[in-house]
Amino acid sequence: MFQPDAWRPSAPLGMIRARAAMLSRIREFFQQAGVLEVESPICSRYGATDPAIDSLKARYTGPGAAQGLDLYLQTSPEFPMKRLLAAGSGPIYQLCKAFRDGELGRRHNPEFSLLEWYRPGFDHHRLMDEAADLINRLVETPLAVEKLTYGEAFEQTLALDPHTASRERLRGCAIEQGVPSAEDLTIDRRDGWLDLLLSHRIEPRLGNRGMTFLYDYPAGQAALARVRAGTPAVAERFELYLSGMEIANGFHELTDGREQRRRFDDDNRRRRQSGQRVMPMDEPLLAALTAGMPACAGVALGIDRLLMFLTGCSDIRQVLAFDFSRA
Amino acid sequence: MASYNTNEFKGGLKIMMDGDPCSIIENEFVKPGKGQAFNRVKIRNLKTGRVLEKTFKSGESVEGADVHETDMQYLYNDGEFWHFMDPESFEQVSADQAAVGDSAKWLKEQDNCMITLWNGSPIIVAPPKFVVLNVTDTDPGLKGDTSGSGGKPATLETGAVVRVPLFVQIGEAIKVDTRTGEYVSRAKEE
Repeated sequence: MFQPDAWRPSAPLGMIRARAAMLSRIREFFQQAGVLEVESPICSRYGATDPAIDSLKARYTGPGAAQGLDLYLQTSPEFPMKRLLAAGSGPIYQLCKAFRDGELGRRHNPEFSLLEWYRPGFDHHRLMDEAADLINRLVETPLAVEKLTYGEAFEQTLALDPHTASRERLRGCAIEQGVPSAEDLTIDRRDGWLDLLLSHRIEPRLGNRGMTFLYDYPAGQAALARVRAGTPAVAERFELYLSGMEIANGFHELTDGREQRRRFDDDNRRRRQSGQRVMPMDEPLLAALTAGMPACAGVALGIDRLLMFLTGCSDIRQVLAFDFSRA
Repeated sequence: MASYNTNEFKGGLKIMMDGDPCSIIENEFVKPGKGQAFNRVKIRNLKTGRVLEKTFKSGESVEGADVHETDMQYLYNDGEFWHFMDPESFEQVSADQAAVGDSAKWLKEQDNCMITLWNGSPIIVAPPKFVVLNVTDTDPGLKGDTSGSGGKPATLETGAVVRVPLFVQIGEAIKVDTRTGEYVSRAKEE
């Protein structure tokens, strides 16, 4: 039932001004860096295959689709931006809305704002440096920058090697660490246990004295990053943490179209196994990769969480003009 | 009983956990951007009152608990059980020591209590927020002192002991807040 007062914004007007100021400084940063602002479709025929990310659905009916056409709201602008890169755009950025089904909480809103940018010629280390420069442009006092590999973070906090520890060992660690009722959880994949340990025991300790970049992820969590051969092989992927909160996720991007198709297939096979909807994979992206995308690094940064950090808020609703309950 | 998906979790939802009925106090959604989502939940075991934390994979289901609250009139204590009656259906239930707990000291016959029933049996007995009880014993103290400072212990007809102002005398009825166990006022003369 609609509450008479619910027309009001969830964020105070001061916060709405703080957001505008932050966005204009971000645009200024990229203008000075010579990175082009772009826009791409929010609604697409193709969706995200990642089993951990669910797309919201929309439907178009009209000229061109008399019988109706299912569309997916983007979970990030990654695929069309990569098509621009393959078309020779050079460095690009985008500020846009992204959508994820099933995600609502203190740090999640089903509709949220993303900043995503791509740098041809960069690897993930150079892009981490640029992300640190951007953050330091937005804060009053520059933050110290800490870089930790995913392996080092697990070694330091939990004294185990996330690349080699067995599923049983990870489960035992979660129980030892007192993750509530960890003994009752059934998690089939090693990566699921790593997610549990990372989100419950490591993440709260990251980025509490400055900013922390976690990088070189287990190969099983590569998503759209390149995997670097070695012992162990690692995904050239990073995440940025501020005050124990995940702010950004970046890749030294996979440019191999055949490997990308194999990963999409693998995602969809896992989706089928767990009874999730199988997603139409983004053929235009795969065609663009085959045509040739320049080697590059790219990163998506959660604008709402960044604003939470800059203004000291602990709930995402405090920084949204209208949170989900008022949308 | 229905089962509930983690997406239905919210404060006050009654679920079964380790064989006991529980109530959700807090529910937090935790999810790495590209990883497994979890619900970190704080729940109260309604039988023991203990608060515990649980971690669920988002999307899992748990069995609901058939728990509801109802107003009932306290009838009497037979030495082992406390008996209550539904004022409309006249149906009676009996509650044991575990269910009544500390509330026993506030229970006065004819008073209405909030009874929490699980599968039809009482598991929690909550006394009225305010009760009026007679003072059966207290130090005569100083008459005329109305400042209320200091006070003195007084034993009430149900056995409860509360601190009262010095002017309160044996035989008087007083109003007590059962949530804090504190004296509120003298009860108005009927």
